[in-house]
Amino acid sequence: MPRLKTIEDLRRIREEAQKEIRVRLETGTTITVGMGTCGIAAGARETMHAILEELAKREIEAHVTTTGCIGMCSKEPLVDIEQAGKPRITYGNVHPDMVPRIIEEHLVKGNVVEEWVFGRIAR
Amino acid sequence: MNELSLHILDAMENSLEAGATRIELTIEEDLAADRLTITIVDNGRGMDEETVAKVLDPFFTTRQTRHVGLGLPLFAAAAERCNGTLTVESQPGQGTRARATFQHSHIDRAPLGNMKSTLLGVLLAQRAVDLHYVHRVEGRGFEFDTAEIRKELGGIPLSHPKVRPWLAEFIAEGEQWAQQPGESPPTVRE
Repeated sequence: MPRLKTIEDLRRIREEAQKEIRVRLETGTTITVGMGTCGIAAGARETMHAILEELAKREIEAHVTTTGCIGMCSKEPLVDIEQAGKPRITYGNVHPDMVPRIIEEHLVKGNVVEEWVFGRIAR
Repeated sequence: MNELSLHILDAMENSLEAGATRIELTIEEDLAADRLTITIVDNGRGMDEETVAKVLDPFFTTRQTRHVGLGLPLFAAAAERCNGTLTVESQPGQGTRARATFQHSHIDRAPLGNMKSTLLGVLLAQRAVDLHYVHRVEGRGFEFDTAEIRKELGGIPLSHPKVRPWLAEFIAEGEQWAQQPGESPPTVRE
């Protein structure tokens, strides 16, 4: 297999990224994945990767970050979505196969997926 | 947890929670000595002697949200059932070093698992942390430092859509090399 991952590749990527003018969907969104011991044991690592993959596929800009245990271990993996001016929504027991629907409904169409909501903090 | 890489992710999340801006993760597979050693060193806020003495107690936590802290006790249990140990050393303001050892061939030793996913989980979550990673098998290693990668990228984040696939493939190739060494491992060094 040819070895492609060299410093030259990295420099080429930097040049391309600097030149690139992308039209991307700006959501001003922060997605937080519970990554405490309970979250990790429940599959949060895979959930987070599903989120990153789905965002990349749809070219959606969002801040994705992690947090520790918030004490609701039985609802892990927890995924929290914050958008300016909207209620903060926490989805519970989020497994990778649920991610495309959450991204499509919540981020793209602006509709909360009510049946998977575990918590809500009104703004 | 069915992979050691999940324990490693958990330990690195502890480092992030402790405010670490740099983590050094070394995985050493010494097949001749039948040892697997995982060392995680961070520059987080560290712990005093009293706290360090309690970190392997599952009913001790510094968090207010619940009354148990299972991450390190589970990691310790995984090591101890494979004729190994978990040791934690820390100094307030200096950081923490956790070192887990395992009998490599022990029948109960979980596989290392998906290290690519663990490393990306830490690096792509938008936290300001640099990682120096070494995976050495029989003295030959795959190694990278995200401080060097960031320097080359000149302000473009690791999570940038053009960088992320590169990073994922770089780590995947490196991990593959660590298991089946070829001519030379992938590197971002000249």
